[in-house]
Amino acid sequence: MSSRSPRSVLPGFGLSLGFTIAYLSLIVLVPLAAAFIKTSGMTWNEFVDAVASRQVLASYRLSFGISFLAAAVNAFFGLIVAWVLVRYPFPGKRIVDAVVDLPFALPTAVAGIALTAIYARNGWLGFLEPVWGGVVGPDGHVVSNGLVQYLDQLLPGVNWGEWLGLKIAFDRPGIFIALTFIGLPFVVRTLQPVLEELEPEFEEASATLGATRWQTIRKVIFPQLLPALITGFTLSFARALGEYGSVVFIAGNKPLHSEITPLLIMTKLEQFDYRGATAIAVILLVTSFTLLLLINLLQSWTRRHQRA
Amino acid sequence: MATTVTHLKAQLGAAAPVSRATRDAPWVRWLLTAVALLFLAGFLVLPLAAVFTEALRKGVGVYFRALIDHDALAAIRLTLLAAAISVPANVVFGVAAAWAITKFQFRGKNVLITLIDLPFAVSPVISGLIYVLVFGLQGWYGHYLNAEHPWFPALQAWLVAKDFTIIFAVPGIVLATTFVTFPFVARELIPLMQAQGSDEEYAAVTLGASGWQIFRRVTLPNIKWGLFYGVILCNARAMGEFGAVSVVSGHIRGETNTIPLHVEILYNEYNFAAAFAMASLLALLAIFTLVLKSFVEWRYATSHKG
Repeated sequence: MSSRSPRSVLPGFGLSLGFTIAYLSLIVLVPLAAAFIKTSGMTWNEFVDAVASRQVLASYRLSFGISFLAAAVNAFFGLIVAWVLVRYPFPGKRIVDAVVDLPFALPTAVAGIALTAIYARNGWLGFLEPVWGGVVGPDGHVVSNGLVQYLDQLLPGVNWGEWLGLKIAFDRPGIFIALTFIGLPFVVRTLQPVLEELEPEFEEASATLGATRWQTIRKVIFPQLLPALITGFTLSFARALGEYGSVVFIAGNKPLHSEITPLLIMTKLEQFDYRGATAIAVILLVTSFTLLLLINLLQSWTRRHQRA
Repeated sequence: MATTVTHLKAQLGAAAPVSRATRDAPWVRWLLTAVALLFLAGFLVLPLAAVFTEALRKGVGVYFRALIDHDALAAIRLTLLAAAISVPANVVFGVAAAWAITKFQFRGKNVLITLIDLPFAVSPVISGLIYVLVFGLQGWYGHYLNAEHPWFPALQAWLVAKDFTIIFAVPGIVLATTFVTFPFVARELIPLMQAQGSDEEYAAVTLGASGWQIFRRVTLPNIKWGLFYGVILCNARAMGEFGAVSVVSGHIRGETNTIPLHVEILYNEYNFAAAFAMASLLALLAIFTLVLKSFVEWRYATSHKG
């Protein structure tokens, strides 16, 4: 490869770019391509059978639904956390700021068993379980009502117990908790730099023009934060979709009820059903690449919009 | 000029009461701070505390016996080995990629930056799966081993003679770890080196420095904190990766188990004290990583102010 570099007198263009592309291809591109090549060997019917069986469809509904919910909760609380960290002085702020990154640093398996220990019946927050799903006696009758049973009485016609899960650990609420845990830093860390760069002049101008604080927040601050908030939400959602380690311990993994899509891939692999596993993986890969593309489009749109 | 403005602002701020419209009411501050802290305490700090409580539940003796168990030590060794190979490999890649991307103009640069980030968008389970497809005995590697007319017959013969397996063995664990930690160093260095520009390197070229001298004496001192930052994040993920490694590991106790996999096995055997003891090692690593990270951020902020 030529070491003559385009428009630079610095050396090493050929070497560094050549190594970069070779290493990228070897570690990332070729293995990723293998998934698509493997799937292209399947007939259409085989593919549909693999990616749209009843069990797999149930797992999409579960994974997409709870990931969306967790990302939404993270967007809400992440906004508050980022706001508090940037705007309000309080003692111990540096430590709190560092703690936000804990889900990035703590291995997912550790998070999984720790969350399970906390939310299991005999755990620190085990008392929440009867509050949530009531107490069901050994004969299947409800001994005392929880939130789910009250919801059942309030809005009958929906099988709330099935939708929301009666337990916390080893049920759907546990999956939600694990996905919220791993997704939080994405929202906070995308919002923080944007909040720090907000010009106070806009708020001052808004105040001078007679806006109340709430109007200023709603009409001046929030629109400037919205692109970052959407980006953080999407990153958190994408991460939750693929998450495995923290969820498997707490989910209970009941077929058709609390099996997430990555777990199904794992199960098929353990049965040596490589084609089935790869087909589902391709669906997930295409979804995450689409989300990645959306984030990139949003960011380049924001940059252009801000420059104009 | 700028200082005069700040000065004026400070004086105005001191003289005039702070506008109600640019600051939140005290009760709002209190409420939001309380909500944020409670949320972080409940969702982030509580699990961390639970790890150590559960680990020490049966006493210090049980805790340390779990750590010096034969299989535990083997898991620790394998985790260190995987990190010791994958982290330096990704450091070399990160530096090379950042050098190519930030010092030169070429077509397709943005595509390259996006491709480098791809592993972050891939589910850990899928990261393992794709390596099984390439290097598994049912995959391309297996086809190669069984091919009648392979490329490089000598290599095939050597691999067969050595019974060299990648998947369900240590090489697969190293490869999967390298994949999931791939972008960390590059994505720290690229924006940093973009912001710093190349003026100092140009000056060094003018003064007759060689490429290696420029990198070692000019670029490296400028990027050392960013590089260190990338390395500690990369290392934390390398040592803690679970999903991807779980797929490619054979789960053989004492041989192909990393610390997170050993945690899973102990946990599934209801040996909770030992599982949490091993998990506490990873939790300590996480705390250590966060402390180092804060230190680097603080160091970086002060070195830029001064």
